[in-house]
Amino acid sequence: MGTLTTRFSTIQDPDEKHKFLLNMGPQHPCTHGVLRIVLEMDGEYAMGIDPILGYGHRMHEKMAECRQWSGFYPNTGRIDYGGAIPYNHGYCALIERMAGIEVPERAEYIRVITVELNRIASHFLGVGAYVIDLGAFTPILYMFDDREDILDALEDITGSRLTYCHHRVGGVSKDIDDLFIKRTRAIIKNIRSRFDMYDRLVTGNIIFQKRTKDVGIIPVEMARRYGATGPVLRGSGLGFDIRKNEPYSVYPEFDFDIPTGENGDAFDRYMVRMLELEQSLRIIEQALDKLPDGPVMAKVKRVKLQPGDCSFSVEAARGMLTYYLVGDGSNVPYKLKIRVPSYSNLSLLEELCKGSLIADLVSAMGSLDLIIPEIDR
Amino acid sequence: MSHYFSEIFTGGKSLLVGLGVTFKALTSPVVTVQYPREKIDISPNMRGHIDLIKDSESKNGLHRCISCGLCARNCPCSCIVVKGEKQEGVKGKVLKIFTLEFSKCSLCGLCVESCPTSAIDFSDEYELAAFSREAFNFDLLKRVQQGDTK
Ligand code: SF4
Ligand code: SF4
Repeated sequence: MGTLTTRFSTIQDPDEKHKFLLNMGPQHPCTHGVLRIVLEMDGEYAMGIDPILGYGHRMHEKMAECRQWSGFYPNTGRIDYGGAIPYNHGYCALIERMAGIEVPERAEYIRVITVELNRIASHFLGVGAYVIDLGAFTPILYMFDDREDILDALEDITGSRLTYCHHRVGGVSKDIDDLFIKRTRAIIKNIRSRFDMYDRLVTGNIIFQKRTKDVGIIPVEMARRYGATGPVLRGSGLGFDIRKNEPYSVYPEFDFDIPTGENGDAFDRYMVRMLELEQSLRIIEQALDKLPDGPVMAKVKRVKLQPGDCSFSVEAARGMLTYYLVGDGSNVPYKLKIRVPSYSNLSLLEELCKGSLIADLVSAMGSLDLIIPEIDR
Repeated sequence: MSHYFSEIFTGGKSLLVGLGVTFKALTSPVVTVQYPREKIDISPNMRGHIDLIKDSESKNGLHRCISCGLCARNCPCSCIVVKGEKQEGVKGKVLKIFTLEFSKCSLCGLCVESCPTSAIDFSDEYELAAFSREAFNFDLLKRVQQGDTK
């Protein structure tokens, strides 16, 4: 970012008339209104890429240090607005690990069901928005149709549609009922019946394929170097998923696969997301079948955050999410650090797209499925 | 050369297949709801702003709040103000002020969960729009006295 002015002065050089600076965003639809990318263009080619952050900065980490630990619940729903429930889950699990609280089994199952439903909704949002970035408007409407059913079901138990605040330390705030179970089973059936339609509408479309295949190729080694996780890493062929690699909650009890890509291009990342939908449906189905009876909330006495530190990782919709907390014996966190997946995934962009056409840049960036407020926090 | 034509053929076919999906939707029933003339049912569990629950069987004949202030203390957004007063001949405190600054509320539900007498609950109002921030400073005590709550 510091080199911006020096770059600008070189561009003023009259011999390089075809070089210019281009602001992509913050109003560009592909950047969700909160990310600005300064592109140093050479004709149609982006030679320099500078993501500029801060448009959605809300000081979440600082807020955590200024209030009781329980006051951070609503914040967890607002860091990643696309897939908020994994953030709820990670935070509650962190405090539980720190204070040594056992969660009733039914509550763990409900957590898994809500997290996976939210993951599906998030993937629909991400893929739908990606296809819009590529110029196809119709698919997102079909995806939002499916997503709407999920949001309705989640609203029924959490009370909100997007910024959920449902999980609590020791369990969940509201039990699920028969209506929710019936609804969820209907959703699973409906989404499964529509996979074929998505294949015809998006995956098989020649324009979509031409714009995503062999575009934005991320080799595994590069993904590792930047700490990319989630579908971005799995698209490159490495099957790393916290749910399998560092099992938490009741995930070890379910049978599911980790889909991976081969080439690491934008198309593979899209495919990984589409295949993950089916895996999430499988997890939900098994969880509904095995759902035990019992309480959904443990008896939690006053929680004091012991001196020392603790961390907890979960697999959010976009990759690995880690909460790291330092306690000082009071009930206010001394420091809370949140490691979000999109930050590492965005860091890739410069190396990934240097020298590529601007149209490919949009395609590659959309396939990273970035949520910018998560990066800014 | 034959590769060129076969690509045009498969490409054209994929577009037609995709168009077929959208064409089918053209003949299916309309799902759009003409809000505000039509409305869909909202979930009974939806979280609107909080409200004192009207309870004519409670001690004061109106609501169950005992002015303990737990909800205000637990609210992460500091948007509730509760004040109670001692009164002659009445056991416990009498609620004098109960206001909610809804523009700050994050609808987390911690207040509802922490209330020892279950005196507050979420309302189901969602059509809230106004020109000033002050319009969202609700006097919940007045609302329950006037019978505006559910
Ligand atoms: S819902 Fe949360 S933010 Fe809103 S008044 Fe209650 S405790 Fe405060
Ligand atoms: S917690 Fe309940 S009883 Fe106590 S002040 Fe709030 S509403 Fe009243």
